[in-house]
Amino acid sequence: MTTLESARPDPEEWELASPAPKGGLAEVFRRRYLLKLVVKRQLAQQYSASVLGFIWSYIQPLIRFLVYYFAVAMVLKAHVDTPHFAIHLFCGLIMVHFFNQTIGAGTRSIWSNRRLVKKMALPREVFPVASVMVAAFHTLPQVIILAIATGIIGFAVDLTGILAGVLALTLITVFGAACALFFSAANVFFRDFQNLIGTITGFMHFMVPMIYSYDRIADSAIGGTVWEEVYLANPVATGVLLLQRCFWSGVVDDPSATLYPDHLMLRGVIMLAVSLVLLVLAQLTFRRLETKFPERL
Amino acid sequence: MTESIVVENVTKSFTMRYHRTLKQMAVARVRGHEISNSFKALDDISFTVQQGEAIGLMGLNGSGKSTLLKLINGVMRPDEGSVLTRGRIAGLIATGAGFHPQLTGRENIYLNAAILGMSEAETRRKYDSIVDFADVGRFLDTPVAAYSSGMSSRLGFAIAIHVESHIFLADEVLAVGDRPFKRKCMARMQEIRDEGRTLFYVSHAPGSVRKMCDRVIVLEQGRVGFDGGVDEGIKFLKYDAGAEDDEPNDDDLGADI
Repeated sequence: MTTLESARPDPEEWELASPAPKGGLAEVFRRRYLLKLVVKRQLAQQYSASVLGFIWSYIQPLIRFLVYYFAVAMVLKAHVDTPHFAIHLFCGLIMVHFFNQTIGAGTRSIWSNRRLVKKMALPREVFPVASVMVAAFHTLPQVIILAIATGIIGFAVDLTGILAGVLALTLITVFGAACALFFSAANVFFRDFQNLIGTITGFMHFMVPMIYSYDRIADSAIGGTVWEEVYLANPVATGVLLLQRCFWSGVVDDPSATLYPDHLMLRGVIMLAVSLVLLVLAQLTFRRLETKFPERL
Repeated sequence: MTESIVVENVTKSFTMRYHRTLKQMAVARVRGHEISNSFKALDDISFTVQQGEAIGLMGLNGSGKSTLLKLINGVMRPDEGSVLTRGRIAGLIATGAGFHPQLTGRENIYLNAAILGMSEAETRRKYDSIVDFADVGRFLDTPVAAYSSGMSSRLGFAIAIHVESHIFLADEVLAVGDRPFKRKCMARMQEIRDEGRTLFYVSHAPGSVRKMCDRVIVLEQGRVGFDGGVDEGIKFLKYDAGAEDDEPNDDDLGADI
């Protein structure tokens, strides 16, 4: 057995300080190595004892896509007014699933890592943050597949479109992180949140312009009313529209065939700003609730 | 002398909740039962530890030892008062804490070391030595779920002692593990103490406390009942009297009973 190197810095050089981890998102990113291991662990856990392993993150979206295409396009024939409906649908599926995975796994993250949270001193935000990164890890290949598909069809690049795509992914990441942080802490106290989030993610597919295009909303009973604003206030709906502005508009030749709400980009930017504020609030709430974690888990 | 651990007027209460669902709470309220109750696990605790001291923390079950250790480790924060420490802290709050059952021993070493603040390079450098100490053999690439309790606590202890820390906490680490391993651990903890690290050792075994520590703090129902010399502390707890028979054995092993 080799002995320890006495490379430890002199204790006199250290300040007397609280032993509790500083915590906070900044601390999580300062300890990137720990974050990396936690992300790797969650990925390994997901695919443990599975033969296909990582291929599942391609198979699952493919099957989801085929089922929706079958039901909505082939059976209901709701796609006839929507050019390149497959791209339209896939944009929605990517964003909704990214958000659902982030908030679902995020909400459960502290509870399912309670062994660690109870016994070890580490910044606890690492678990919800890791959930966001795992979801992003699954989402990125899908975005690449979407980019390849639109490239084959013939993708007309425009700057607004590219910005819309970047904005869409950033918006859902930030909003998802805020939700993950808040609900992971709330879920420690009342496991009801886990069920609440399960319900919300269950109907999210229908509350965004995915299986129907936005002009259906504009034409519907809520079109032009305050309820349309409520519908659009859902960041996921705006995120889907922004991603469609990037990829779907890129392949549709006739711009009049694609309808978006007024000031779509501005809406996106405002929502991103609001989501950043929510993220700060979620962090503050997390810090308050965190002190009670060890005894409530 | 440098202060290593400063605990000032620390109080920590826990809330006990008797009823979980809304219905249960409503029923309890109608019947006039208590919905929650809090008790003080630690009540106005103060003491100072200098760098390099070896403290034996003793007390009966439920006297607040583990809570105090969690506060010093940083897992919990005090409700009132303050806990301040100097330097890096390592040690085991419980054996095999933070192991993930589905990950292999190898993966758990890296994860656990990272949580304790070791970098990737540092872990890699000490990896062989950790494996050597843990002595889990070919189980290294088996998920920890398949480990015996002795094996997982050996692995946990092996990682903890390889962290370059200024403060080392040990809570009943030796409760599991066989005789040779206990010997190895005691030897290693003595080395740690002799390196000038602060040692905070929770134990019910007067023999090992006598061997390891130069000061004893006894907790009684969340308060400091005694703080001073080792022999006086053990006498204060009346652990010296009836324990005469198994004393030699206990001295030999440093067993945590």
